[in-house]
Amino acid sequence: MRLVFIKKLIALILCIVCPFWLVSCGKSSAENAENQIIVFNYGDYIDRDVLDQFYEETGIKVVYEEFLTPEAMYTKYKNGTVKYDLICCSEYMLDKMIKDGEAKEVDFSSMKYTNNIGENFWQFAEKFDAGNKYTIPYFWGTVGILYNTEMIDTVPDSWSVLWDKNFKNNIIMQNSVRDSFIPPLILDGKSINTTDENTLRKALEKLKEQKSLVQSYLVDEVRDDMVNDQAALAVIYSGEASLANEYNENLEYVVPKEGSNIWMDSWIIPNGGSNYKGAVKFLDFLCRDDIAQKNFEYVYYSTPNEAVLKNIDEEEKEDDNAIFPDEDILERCEMFTYLGVEAEELYSRLWKELKVY
Amino acid sequence: MGKLGSRLLAGPYIVWMVLFTIIPLCLVVYNAFTNSGGVFTLDNVLAIFDPVNLKPLWLSVKMSLIVTISCFLLAFPLAMVLWKYSKNKNSLIVMVFILPMWMNFMLRTLAWRLILLNNGFLNHGLALLGLNPIYLMNTKVAIILGTAYDYFPFMLLPIYNALVKIDRDVINAANDLGATGFVVLKRIILPLSLPGIVSGITMVLVPSVSEFVIADMLGGGKVYLIGNVIEQAFNSGYADVHLGSGLSLSLMGIIVISMLFYKFFDKGEERSGIW
Amino acid sequence: MVKKVKGAAGKLYLVLILLLLYVPIVILIVSSFNASEKNKAVWGGFTLNAYKELIHDETVMSALYTTLLLAGGASLIATVLGTLVCIGMMSMKKYSKSFILGVTQIPLLNSDIVTGIALMLLFTRFSELSFTTMLVAHVTFIIPYVVLSVQPKVVQLNLSTYEAALDLGASHLYAMWKVVLPEIMPGILSGFLLAFTMSLDDFSVTYFTKAPGIHTMSTMINAEYRKGIQTEIYALSTIVFVIVLFVLFIINRRSEKVARFEAESGVEM
Repeated sequence: MRLVFIKKLIALILCIVCPFWLVSCGKSSAENAENQIIVFNYGDYIDRDVLDQFYEETGIKVVYEEFLTPEAMYTKYKNGTVKYDLICCSEYMLDKMIKDGEAKEVDFSSMKYTNNIGENFWQFAEKFDAGNKYTIPYFWGTVGILYNTEMIDTVPDSWSVLWDKNFKNNIIMQNSVRDSFIPPLILDGKSINTTDENTLRKALEKLKEQKSLVQSYLVDEVRDDMVNDQAALAVIYSGEASLANEYNENLEYVVPKEGSNIWMDSWIIPNGGSNYKGAVKFLDFLCRDDIAQKNFEYVYYSTPNEAVLKNIDEEEKEDDNAIFPDEDILERCEMFTYLGVEAEELYSRLWKELKVY
Repeated sequence: MGKLGSRLLAGPYIVWMVLFTIIPLCLVVYNAFTNSGGVFTLDNVLAIFDPVNLKPLWLSVKMSLIVTISCFLLAFPLAMVLWKYSKNKNSLIVMVFILPMWMNFMLRTLAWRLILLNNGFLNHGLALLGLNPIYLMNTKVAIILGTAYDYFPFMLLPIYNALVKIDRDVINAANDLGATGFVVLKRIILPLSLPGIVSGITMVLVPSVSEFVIADMLGGGKVYLIGNVIEQAFNSGYADVHLGSGLSLSLMGIIVISMLFYKFFDKGEERSGIW
Repeated sequence: MVKKVKGAAGKLYLVLILLLLYVPIVILIVSSFNASEKNKAVWGGFTLNAYKELIHDETVMSALYTTLLLAGGASLIATVLGTLVCIGMMSMKKYSKSFILGVTQIPLLNSDIVTGIALMLLFTRFSELSFTTMLVAHVTFIIPYVVLSVQPKVVQLNLSTYEAALDLGASHLYAMWKVVLPEIMPGILSGFLLAFTMSLDDFSVTYFTKAPGIHTMSTMINAEYRKGIQTEIYALSTIVFVIVLFVLFIINRRSEKVARFEAESGVEM
């Protein structure tokens, strides 16, 4: 009796699954490494339509993968299970990859639209990519505090607000090793690129002390939780902040007066990719006026693309100081640099100690 | 006895298991006992005693025990009631209780996120009743709730299946001979359903002790379990394949040893499957 | 009187657990119809937008497709391999038999995370991650469920019918097909179903052995829920629920009819 029941169920399952098998058998033979590139990027950091359009125009299929943190990206890349053709990541990780000889030079001669990237951004990128040989800037921004004006009366323009007991269980921190150390290091008056163990230990003590006040440590979820009024304060990237403001007008962004981190996410072609030409083509495509415009409108982070910037009127720039920050804000911000293997291990250790605390 | 089937039939399976179970395990062992330079070391295996790894391990063990015990305490009486009301294994009422098992694991966990968020369904419900909100999201309680919910059917089914096999006449006979309900439970039902209980406990305890993704979704990065430590060693953070392998090996060792100890009670009886 | 109270308490308990089990699912389903963009716990009006978006959402649809493909393929392979080994084991000595059963226990006792990592180490060393490696990984961790379902049936086999078939001139293969297979069929079928369920539900093993650009439902949800309100996912849960409910209901009705037939005619089916 039970047999009949199970037989029927299995027949049903097979009926559903078999057509899929047939379809996929016909499909898989059409694809090979020549006409696809594997792209590795942060979560929700590209307009998916751009990928489709690239396929329509060039016949190259973009296999798209996402990661949460630069460290996670590097591990997956180093594992070698997947031969990534193109990676977008933060400056300090790119710094590491370039120094370790993990990147291929970009063939600028075959690209038409790289002139769209503003001169000052190329200069900016020199800090981690001397000579601008390996990377192409994608988006940039600052790290600051996103706050809900309904839940906090004053402008929290100091990192110290993250240690304010009034906001217990109302603070969201970044779940990323180096970002989480920004507030305590800057409050201590130290560089965010310090490798001094005592300084970092002191910062860790501050973070441990803060842990009971923190609601959660998140990465991509921060924006959504803030939009949903889950917390009063969050450490966040400028681009995410202005997106959050679109959904919830009570959310405002501030770069604390003590200073902060300025970051740049760029594209790099790692060793081991199997379609260099396709990767370069895709990079050029991303810089093209219309594509950059489309992508900017979706991602809505600060873009280095002049072709896009010139279309934005002054008023909008005035309005949104999260993605169009004033000069004086930029002056008090510092960029991350790669700190070397020893400091990496120290950071990793301290991070774990914070996590288990 | 006529030779039923050739031994060769086992060939594909043995090849498969050697290739994809034994060799991978050897790789874990190899990675665990070497450092990145390929030199023999015990550091990675002993790393489990480092407080930063031992604390999450202890927390995982504690939480998975709570999950397993609460699943058992909820599932056993339920299985008894179901056994009373259902005529066979696939009567509608039993199906209704295992249906959540076919909802995707991630969907089940996502549902708990919706419920437990600070201004989620739970606190909206409490507000309607005029009660104070309770903040469970990003706590250990949230993870325990989510894990117990996810694995509950895996406890219920084996126990129910073991109960169904019990001959009701035995119980009737015991009743006729004057045994009280409690005595029947203790002397007949519990011992006879033991295989089911054993596989139920295994099916809940083993996955929940190494759980990392529920902790990720409901713990908000504040609760760090041994599964998270291992996952981070392979996939995020500043990774270390060798340390990760060492810790996996230790975790495996702990599970295997406790299972051997626990199989002692099982005494080779037929495992009661979840079907 | 006492019995009545007991019965009522039992029923109450049944209802209570049922509520606990279904409230989260109901919440997912209700959320999919909620037009509120901000917070799903606040009702913002009824909408079907999520369902319209779901149909056009390639990420979700291809994840659904991959999941079914993977679970179906993996459980078929696992069922064939698992059944063969169980039959093969019959003519084995005790030691080889316990060796095989021992190996079978490994993926069961290993937590998913260790199985996933071990396979990842293997694949990184010798190949690239692809759909095939995902399939291999799934077969590997679901195979024990097949073996454990089929093995008891093989042990219970009544060999005399098989031998009678041979005596009457049937070939080994024919006797196997006509006599042995039907007898162990219940085990094979439930093994397949269990394997299919396990594969559908898996996250950890897939997470570690996942090929780029391919998502199963579990990994897709894990990646997407972070990016803000994904009403499509809630809509997906409604659809999954309705399908499961429908399948169970239909099959249950059919089998009840069969049960009645059996009861009336006394014929076992």
